[in-house]
Amino acid sequence: MLIRIPRSWEVKPSEITPESVYRDRRRFLRTSALAAAGSLVAPGFVTAKPMDALEPLGELPDSRFSTDEPANDYDEITSYNNFYEYGTGKSDPMARAPELLQHRPWTVEVTGEAENTGTYDFDDFLRGLTVEERIYRLRCVEAWSMVVPWAGVPLASVLERARPTSRAKYVKFYTLLDPEQMPAQSSSGFSFLASIDWPYTEGLRMDEAMNPLTILATGLYGKEMPSQNGAPIRLVVPWKYGFKSIKSVVRIHLQETEPETTWNLIAPEEYGFYANVNPNVDHPRWSQARERRIGEFFKRDTLMFNGYGEQVADLYAGMDLEKHY
Amino acid sequence: MGAASLRVPTQLPPRVLLALRIVVFGLCLAPAGLLLRDLFTGGLGVNPVETLLRELGDWGLRLLLVTLAITPLRWLTGAAWLIRLRRMLGLFAFSYVVLHLSVFVVFEHSLRLAGILDDIANRPYILVGFSAFLLLVPLAVTSTQGWMRRLGRRWKQLHWLVYPAAILGVAHFFLLIKANRWTEPLIYAGILATLLGYRLARRAGPLRRSLGAPALRS
Repeated sequence: MLIRIPRSWEVKPSEITPESVYRDRRRFLRTSALAAAGSLVAPGFVTAKPMDALEPLGELPDSRFSTDEPANDYDEITSYNNFYEYGTGKSDPMARAPELLQHRPWTVEVTGEAENTGTYDFDDFLRGLTVEERIYRLRCVEAWSMVVPWAGVPLASVLERARPTSRAKYVKFYTLLDPEQMPAQSSSGFSFLASIDWPYTEGLRMDEAMNPLTILATGLYGKEMPSQNGAPIRLVVPWKYGFKSIKSVVRIHLQETEPETTWNLIAPEEYGFYANVNPNVDHPRWSQARERRIGEFFKRDTLMFNGYGEQVADLYAGMDLEKHY
Repeated sequence: MGAASLRVPTQLPPRVLLALRIVVFGLCLAPAGLLLRDLFTGGLGVNPVETLLRELGDWGLRLLLVTLAITPLRWLTGAAWLIRLRRMLGLFAFSYVVLHLSVFVVFEHSLRLAGILDDIANRPYILVGFSAFLLLVPLAVTSTQGWMRRLGRRWKQLHWLVYPAAILGVAHFFLLIKANRWTEPLIYAGILATLLGYRLARRAGPLRRSLGAPALRS
């Protein structure tokens, strides 16, 4: 066996900048130069974000809620998406969203049963909040799953700032409505997409919204959120099926009654309001007992509440989860 | 002269037929080859099992419809040699269905019988798809010359099962659709309806001649 003792002047392999990082730096310089030029020419310009223009979010604090399971590859997370505003195929969002979705300007409205309602520019909306990394399991109702290193802020911190009134029992979320940026919203004729009552909406009960696991995510893998994953800000509720985690949120509305939600309106017997991950309650057309982790060939057992029972099981104490699926 | 030269030949010379059979064999094998290549080059996307399952099912159904198109095509063109391709097409259709089912059994269920039975009992689209497969099994088994001879007239009666099998195959596709994406299964249903409708229309006496049927014997 050859033991090689490195000389003191030799560069250690760990000190060599990986090519990808080096290239990223060049890209970063290029895009920031472009951005700077753009802001001189047209102040207040709108920007779509191709994949290679997504900027790093800087150092993100870890979270005790993160799983230590290995995360899926960036390519997997950004090439296999359900985002029907760009079509029903899994690769439609990747193909269409980056050039169409304008990340800035972006406003988030907070409305309804709260004292501090208002319309925020994206940066104002996040001001004073700490974006942290949350590595979560994501379980789709279609029986596949991933592990995603999200970056985001607790939804609770946003809601507390809004000072909800005592009548705020539920939170409703709205995706952007703009057929120019989300072409499937203008589908017409005899198509499934035309039958959807856009914009996409979702909802949570107040205690679910306030749970520390629930976040508004603004990025993944330490970078800005890619368009196809719901840029620039989306909900992530890791113990519920993926469709609850609504993308590209423009409005958060507090209300007293259970909100109507998109998939529940489309097929109420298939997609309930709660949509908690539950291996014991099947979807009418497929079993939810097992799931395929993207990257694996064989299926694994699905965990109750997607493995987050310790944090959320109490929310549903005494409820019949067969009925409230 | 001009019209006659356009006519499809009734028979083909043996060497031409052999060449044609080799070409069709290659064409039927091609989807499997491409899927195998994609499997090893990452071309099946990030959920290869899902893609594989769908593609194998699609090809099973497509080749089943091609098989069912042979007889009407023969009637329309008078090309008797078409029938020499039918068994190969049918067996390829069955092979893709078997591969489709194998992916389901191995990768969806990790070979666990309880899960498979639960799916068959509780998921109508799986029950329907599985029934289609069961109907195809005896047809594949009795596809040899030996079985044709042994069964005589009953061979044709038995192979009538291909119709319910194809109908169940299309129904299987309809029942598994998420989000009302009906276009694709509707195309298959339309083709199947045309192929079966043509047969039915031809059986109705008065239409026989106009649909190009050969003269009646009796």
